[in-house]
Amino acid sequence: MFKAKVLIKRRKTILDPQGKAVEIGAKHLGLSNIKNTRIDKYIEFNVDTTERKKAEDEVNDYCKKLLANPIMEDYEFSLEEVK
Amino acid sequence: MKSPKFGIVVFPGSNCDHDTYYVLRKVLNLNAVFLWHKQTSLENCDVIILPGGFSYGDYLRTGSIARFSPIMNEVINFANKGGYVLGICNGFQILLEAGLLPGVMIRNESLNFVCKDVHLKIENKESVFTKEINDKKSLKIPIAHGEGNYFADENTLNELEDNNQIVFKYCAKNGSIIKETNPNGSVMNIAGIVNKRGNVLGMMPHPERSSDPVLGKTDGSLIFKALVNNILN
Repeated sequence: MFKAKVLIKRRKTILDPQGKAVEIGAKHLGLSNIKNTRIDKYIEFNVDTTERKKAEDEVNDYCKKLLANPIMEDYEFSLEEVK
Repeated sequence: MKSPKFGIVVFPGSNCDHDTYYVLRKVLNLNAVFLWHKQTSLENCDVIILPGGFSYGDYLRTGSIARFSPIMNEVINFANKGGYVLGICNGFQILLEAGLLPGVMIRNESLNFVCKDVHLKIENKESVFTKEINDKKSLKIPIAHGEGNYFADENTLNELEDNNQIVFKYCAKNGSIIKETNPNGSVMNIAGIVNKRGNVLGMMPHPERSSDPVLGKTDGSLIFKALVNNILN
């Protein structure tokens, strides 16, 4: 079995209103050097197979079709074998 | 009144399904049925409506999980064959996720959930959803959403313009399209678009909420009536 760790990032060219709003909080805290706050998604799950290639294919499929929207997001992931 | 058969898809979390049903059946006296999202038959409907709401709790991205409900394969086939599909609010978001319409929806620029009447300019008066609507400067129809900030890349926007796919834009009461009338940051004030073929419309405003005269506004009903007339003719 593998543990997948997926990071989904919104493309730089697309506005992130949430990041912008959070950054206003940073200003209120007096953290004046904080710039370009972006809020992305981190997702973990298990893939129940012993074949790494099969696991990779399935994670790619999951990311492309559901977890990320390829129009506005990119993804990357790692697979770690677990017992 | 002779009526095409409307099918209103009910997803877990839809909450405008009954309003839409009520308007079609009781106010406009049309033929309408509910279609549960797990069924795979569209029951010979002529028009499919994906209603507003918060399907699957808006988890992951709005519309992203509903897009994989069993009925959606049939809706996609139906649309690709030229069947009429109308997505309202969350329904629009589902159509984007399903790839039936181009672009994406992101969080409102203000980060606020915006619930108010807006004015819409009809940019495409030839569409099956708008043809025959009398020459009004604008339609008054409410919006209610947190993620209605339409975004698409430049190529897509050019294509939308070239093919006359932008149907509604947020505008002032007199019809002028200005930044101040944009409630959510949507690119080019876009409020509703059709696919290239013109049989699939997605719109953020809720026509079903401005169709019953009891509510003091009926501009939304013009869209349903136009669609019915244009289908029957």
